[in-house]
Amino acid sequence: MSYTKRNDGRKFDETRKMEAKLGVIPRADGSAMFKTGDTIAIAAVYGPRELHPKFLQDPEKGILRCNYDMTSFSVPERKKPGPSRRSTEISLVTEKSLLPVLDLKQFPSAVVDVFIEIIQANSGTRCAGITAASMALAHAGVPMRNLVSAVSVGKVGDKIVIDLDKSEEDYEEGATDIPVAMTGNHEITLLQLDGSVSKDELLKALELAKKGCSEIDKLQRKTLRDFYKGVKDE
Amino acid sequence: MGNIMFKEKDLVVPGDVLAEGMDYLPSGGCIRDNDKIVANHLGLVTLENNRFVKVIPLTGKYIPKIGDTVIGQVVDMSFSGWYLNINGPYEAALMVKDVAEFIDKDADLSQFYNFGDLIVAKINRVTRYSNINLTTKGPGLRKVTGGKVISITSTKVPRVIGKQGSMVQMLKEKTNCNIMVGQNGIVWIEGKNPNDELLATEAILKIEQESHIDGLTDKMKEFLESRR
Repeated sequence: MSYTKRNDGRKFDETRKMEAKLGVIPRADGSAMFKTGDTIAIAAVYGPRELHPKFLQDPEKGILRCNYDMTSFSVPERKKPGPSRRSTEISLVTEKSLLPVLDLKQFPSAVVDVFIEIIQANSGTRCAGITAASMALAHAGVPMRNLVSAVSVGKVGDKIVIDLDKSEEDYEEGATDIPVAMTGNHEITLLQLDGSVSKDELLKALELAKKGCSEIDKLQRKTLRDFYKGVKDE
Repeated sequence: MGNIMFKEKDLVVPGDVLAEGMDYLPSGGCIRDNDKIVANHLGLVTLENNRFVKVIPLTGKYIPKIGDTVIGQVVDMSFSGWYLNINGPYEAALMVKDVAEFIDKDADLSQFYNFGDLIVAKINRVTRYSNINLTTKGPGLRKVTGGKVISITSTKVPRVIGKQGSMVQMLKEKTNCNIMVGQNGIVWIEGKNPNDELLATEAILKIEQESHIDGLTDKMKEFLESRR
């Protein structure tokens, strides 16, 4: 039996309902929330600030530190708090997906800290985290040449779909999930794949990701603009 | 011939293309990407001299500039001077030689400025490696005592000061407070009684909140008069 209809009734190329908000953490230098379906990520940015201990500093450029974590209540089965193999990996790939757009040359020996917390998880958390972090960085005024948006695409059964939810990821006949992050110019900054897809399927999936990322990029820009709307009306 | 892709005072987001062609130059808040000029800050865009595209950031840490008067707090001391937190990405150094007072060779530096002291100082040097040098030689530069300190976003400071200091002058008169605004967003307020200080604090935070409104000085005048 092939996968003919998505569990939540979406079209195969339709993302879940997305929502974004800026300034959710007033104490932080920049913060944002991004929500797609039931997946909610919040991101807070602190810095640029001086980095201690000193041996971690890079006198040529500022460094970026990302920290991804899931709250213990974000999943049906309690998640043990604290770093894990998985969260360490995701922190690293988040950092690598954001770094290409940041210009930290102006801030030698400094650090920009990004904290991503998943409040509710239903797949696509790293993508939601990256999207939220990108907005938070813009809100914090860190120089960046473009925004980054991320979406997961994949193969469920024999269909190429976008923005998988948990039930699709666990599809019995096999599912492959491919998180993709792109800049506003569709330059790919993150592509993870574990599972199996053919070359044609991958290209098709990437085309779908491009479409999804454009949508998210539009939402990000709108959110950032709306937050400062009063200023524009001056 | 190049293309300008924005209207004056447009709100732009990182990644927005501002101009095409080589006729324009990026001058802050934006960068050149091949033949395009792209915003790399969130802010308001303007065109200067029909040639320079500039984005005035609306957010972000205070970036130290030579000549700025800032208010900082002493957080560290060494043989040669003090280190001040000026609300920016880096600590700023106030060297013994840049201090107005005469300091003897073996003097105990904490007698002049101690940990936690607030100092109004001017930035006299910023090196490429973001070493920031301060000086207290100059009129009005000194250690401040008493009063209270509040912190606002550094990008809103020009609004609090107003055109030729009109806003801060009005605040001083109406609240009977002595107010000093550092370019880094630290504001020092000293009044004869605590209520005056509270009023001034409220007014400054109101300015920060409503910084985008036109004719703010008159509006603030009304607000302060209603509170008298």
